[in-house]
Amino acid sequence: MPSALSRVVKSRLFFALVCLGLVLALDVVVFAITNQQNFFKIELSPANTLTGPLMQILYWAPELVILAMGMTLVASCSAGADISVGSVMVLSGAVGIKILGGNNIENFKVEEYAVPLVLAFGAFIAVGALCGVWNGFLVAKLKVQPMVATLILFIGARAAAKVVTGGTILRVEPKSFRWLGNYITDSEGNNIFPVPTQVFVAIVVVAATALVLRFTALGTNIQSVGINAKASKIMGIRSDRTIWLAFVFCGVCAGIAGIIMTSKISSIDSQWGARMIELDAILAVALGGNSLAGGKFSLAGSVVGAITIQALKTGLLTAGVRAEQMPFYQAIVVVIIVIIQSPELRPMASRTLARMRKFSGKKVVKS
Amino acid sequence: MADSLVKMRNITKNFPGVLALDEVDFTLRPGEIHAVMGENGAGKSTLVKVLTGAEEFESGEIYLNDASTPIVNRSPQEAQQRGISTVYQEVNLCGNLSVAENLFLGRQPRRFGMVNWQQMNRQARAVLRGIGLDINVEKPLSGYSIAVQQMIAIGRAIDISAKVLILDEPTSSLNEQEVVRLFELMQKLQAGGMGIVFITHFLDQVYQICDQITVLRNGALVGQYAVADMPRRDLVAAMLGRTFDDLATIERRPSAVAKKAGVPVVSAKQLGVAQGVKPFDLDINQGEVVGLAGLLGSGRTEVARVIFGADIPETGSLEVKGQPARPNPLASMQAGMAFCPEDRKAEGCILELSVQDNIILAEQTKRGAFHLIPKSEQDKIARKYVELLQIKVPSLDTPVKQLSGGNQQKVILARWLATNPDLLILDEPTRGIDVGTKTEIQRLCVELADDGMAVLFISSEIDEMLRSCDRIGIMRDLKKVGELVGSEMSTAAIMSKIAGDDFQEGELNA
Amino acid sequence: MNSDSKNRPQDFRVADLNKGFFGGVFAKFYGNNLLVLITFAMLVLIYSAASFIFRDQNFGSLNSIFSMLHSWPHLVVIAAGMTMVLISGGIDISVGGQCAMYCMMFAYFMQEDGWNVNSYVMIAVVLATGLVFGFAQGVLVAYFKIQPFIVTLAGMFFARGLTAIISEKTIGIKNEDFLGLAAVKFTLPFGGYTDGGGVYQAPYIYLYAILALLGVVVLYIVMTWTGFGRSVYAVGGSEQSAMLMGLNPKRIVLQVFVIQGLMTAFGSFLFCLSLPGGAVEKAVAFEMNAIAAAVIGGALLTGGVGNILGSLAGTLIQLTILKIITSVGTLSSGWGPISTAAMMAFFIAMQSVLTSGRRKRK
Repeated sequence: MPSALSRVVKSRLFFALVCLGLVLALDVVVFAITNQQNFFKIELSPANTLTGPLMQILYWAPELVILAMGMTLVASCSAGADISVGSVMVLSGAVGIKILGGNNIENFKVEEYAVPLVLAFGAFIAVGALCGVWNGFLVAKLKVQPMVATLILFIGARAAAKVVTGGTILRVEPKSFRWLGNYITDSEGNNIFPVPTQVFVAIVVVAATALVLRFTALGTNIQSVGINAKASKIMGIRSDRTIWLAFVFCGVCAGIAGIIMTSKISSIDSQWGARMIELDAILAVALGGNSLAGGKFSLAGSVVGAITIQALKTGLLTAGVRAEQMPFYQAIVVVIIVIIQSPELRPMASRTLARMRKFSGKKVVKS
Repeated sequence: MADSLVKMRNITKNFPGVLALDEVDFTLRPGEIHAVMGENGAGKSTLVKVLTGAEEFESGEIYLNDASTPIVNRSPQEAQQRGISTVYQEVNLCGNLSVAENLFLGRQPRRFGMVNWQQMNRQARAVLRGIGLDINVEKPLSGYSIAVQQMIAIGRAIDISAKVLILDEPTSSLNEQEVVRLFELMQKLQAGGMGIVFITHFLDQVYQICDQITVLRNGALVGQYAVADMPRRDLVAAMLGRTFDDLATIERRPSAVAKKAGVPVVSAKQLGVAQGVKPFDLDINQGEVVGLAGLLGSGRTEVARVIFGADIPETGSLEVKGQPARPNPLASMQAGMAFCPEDRKAEGCILELSVQDNIILAEQTKRGAFHLIPKSEQDKIARKYVELLQIKVPSLDTPVKQLSGGNQQKVILARWLATNPDLLILDEPTRGIDVGTKTEIQRLCVELADDGMAVLFISSEIDEMLRSCDRIGIMRDLKKVGELVGSEMSTAAIMSKIAGDDFQEGELNA
Repeated sequence: MNSDSKNRPQDFRVADLNKGFFGGVFAKFYGNNLLVLITFAMLVLIYSAASFIFRDQNFGSLNSIFSMLHSWPHLVVIAAGMTMVLISGGIDISVGGQCAMYCMMFAYFMQEDGWNVNSYVMIAVVLATGLVFGFAQGVLVAYFKIQPFIVTLAGMFFARGLTAIISEKTIGIKNEDFLGLAAVKFTLPFGGYTDGGGVYQAPYIYLYAILALLGVVVLYIVMTWTGFGRSVYAVGGSEQSAMLMGLNPKRIVLQVFVIQGLMTAFGSFLFCLSLPGGAVEKAVAFEMNAIAAAVIGGALLTGGVGNILGSLAGTLIQLTILKIITSVGTLSSGWGPISTAAMMAFFIAMQSVLTSGRRKRK
């Protein structure tokens, strides 16, 4: 029994759930004080949508959940992170909407689709995948450190998006574009289903990822490469292909997240869209109990981690923190987590303790 | 002059679960080149690390220069200040800095608080000329060969007034001319009264240059000998832990299965690796256990790696069942090979993954990542081999890192058996594991061969090779020097071959 | 020793030129680094091409060259600091965020209707903040062994968030002392051009541009002629070797980050002089410019190799390209970062090919 308990306590998911619990507790307090609102209350609004703090979190979390999927695999096999995901989201959005509008873009507005919506969404994903191919090439083939390699698109993709959109905000007018990032509506604009569609998109992506990993050996290969590349090589596992694949997948995730982001606000803003979301994604992976230094991963942990981040952000926003100030708090959380994960922490702490003991011992002798 | 430069007495050191040094004595006199020899895990590197302060030790004393008070080096720097310097095989200098900087890093000549480059370069030239090296000291170190880099490292050590120089496998990556140059330098330093500790695997070199030999085995001191009084085969015997009188009946493998006619499973012709093993021939037939005997560093692991395609061959050809082989691990696996590498931790286990994952991995890769072995079959395979090899695990989900060394070894063995190989390459499968497991693995080898598998078996322990092998290839100094079959195989014969007594007796006396 | 020379056909032979005093300076200047030579050649090439294409815009005059320094003095300083960090084997992507934070500190705390802090006190405060910021990042990297990328990514978010916490407005600077300092300039009697109206335009350089160049020179001297500087190279080359040779790599890495914090604060101060004011969105994507300048200037991302003066060339190349983009006039401002990213990709790829070649030879 104690061993079972300790196994549960030591598992990645447990760490993630504890973090989520702490954040939710914080949220309960924040919502109670600032809004006099019951955090857990969910109501059906007159507009036929479910509302409440929890739904608010669910409304905003899906992009992050999807990004966390890609980031988890990248972190596992390359011991790094893809910091270009936010910029890739924006670039895929810019290119996708440009294709969707075609010649119909007037006054930076898409009044009518030039190509079928599905094709445009395909373009979103294709752009993401291409960015992933590029990142993967740099990391797997040229052996550039993952984060330096993705720094190029971190800056470059956003700037490219700016060029594509002409530096303005491109809007999409037709309502059907909003469905994937909002509620599905009928012809009169009434909500048909009370849960936002992006929640299901996220569920589909997570399920698809989990299924692929469940029914192929890719998951094991990714972990194996991340834990011991040398041994993997002896077993015939190609680490370069595995890492490349993870980056392409991460790019695809960024493309899908880009669809949701643009759909949610029916527009693409190359400057402010998906700002600083890359740290959120990295944070989600770390909060999920996964090591940023590579190795074993837990998808479920990352999902919980992503929801935790969103819950934290929602709480902070409610408490009056402004969106631009948010990175400050996120950075503090990141630093705390990486310090906890640092292998140096334990020996350092014990050294300090020993020194303190010695110090106090001397004092005793003196007195 | 002092009678001894270094005197180590009753040094004991434990690593978790292993007694690394057991009351070891070591004495180094001025003007002496002293070889420290032993197989893997003998404790020679630990002994050196204790001396240089890279590792702590639990009990024992170290005296310098006949002093009566023992000293303890807490760091390599401290040892350096006391005149003990080490030069490693992978030179521990900075390749990006110039030669002169490497000589004077941390103690550059200054003028007005600034590094005086001109004076530093001048001094550097002088230091290197002193050891017979006339090179451009302003070039980056990485532009020079390993041999020159080593001499520069020695130059640095001498200039920091070293009295004791430790050379840790310096000759492993040098060619013959370079070794000659290094030896000239060592003899020059020796004549100047320096004590040199020389760690090497090459017997020839020991007999060429050393005065004294200290032999360690399994953390214990076997003895210290004068080179002149120590025949080669006695040295090999001391290292491997057997004497020539000890020819007690070894239960020989019951006469090998009659070789099935037909193409050999693996046939290597003049296969060689650049800067690795020299070209060799080797055939391994179905149902045969072929051993590779030789000291550590003799090239036995390299033979295994190049056959498996983990290293790319430079010369020769390799055929698997009559087909030319492609030199990469996956192709080798698909051609029916399996390879348990020597270094379990670094090249074998995926420590954080479960026992089941570790067992399945190779077979899974062989089938391709998109053809997942059904969970039920995975379970069956894992269970089968856990049972067959009697691996002691709490459950199949236990991470491999929680297992003992012997069980980890069995997991890797299970991994490769699960691929149903035609050729199983075992590189030191019994190292560092308990006696019971050792016997099991030896028996298993024989059983597998009886079932028609070909096995390549590498070990430092001659006994277990005699027990399990039909044929033993002998490796010395990166060359395959011979092969013993059937009744030729005996401890004495193998040791003589390893030692190279058979044709170098004359050279020794010269 | 002749036997070793045949082993390295690709070895660059600048060192063979180092006969005599000038030869010695030459060798040191290029540090045996092919990439630095390429960079200088590229700079000359691009600049000449630009002056040819935009003949009417007086690219050849000193006015034009100075104006580049006037626009981004902070890049000159921070790229030099970044080169030092890269040499030590680390990286710092927090510089853009820090830059925004320091500018905001100047703008916010010197407001007359607010704190109204004396400008010189504020300069000291900002520089001290830089030291503390660098120290914190250095401790996390050196003593907690957290990847520098993660640490400085957090640093970047921390600084940007803090900027927004100080103020989300765009604040101009009206402090007279400060603006006075910004306006100090020196006119040169030569190197100008005659404009369309036939009036001779003498070139002038602002104090802050001179300070920026001075910062680079000082860091260059530190990295080339002090024990500390050489230790940074050693640690970047091989941390283990450096330790075995008696250095303390942890302390050296910490010192590198502290100095980098100081350089960043100093560069931001100069930036604030050239463009007085603070805003959350200031110096966005700036870390890329700094890293690109260092990389183009010949610093290897793997550490151990780099040249502070090379980073100046890298900076000037970027500024030239930005100038070309503005000279064309019709291009989106997005092309600036794109060109930087493309150049960085090119140099990273080249480095990878060069270093992997070296690896294979071993």
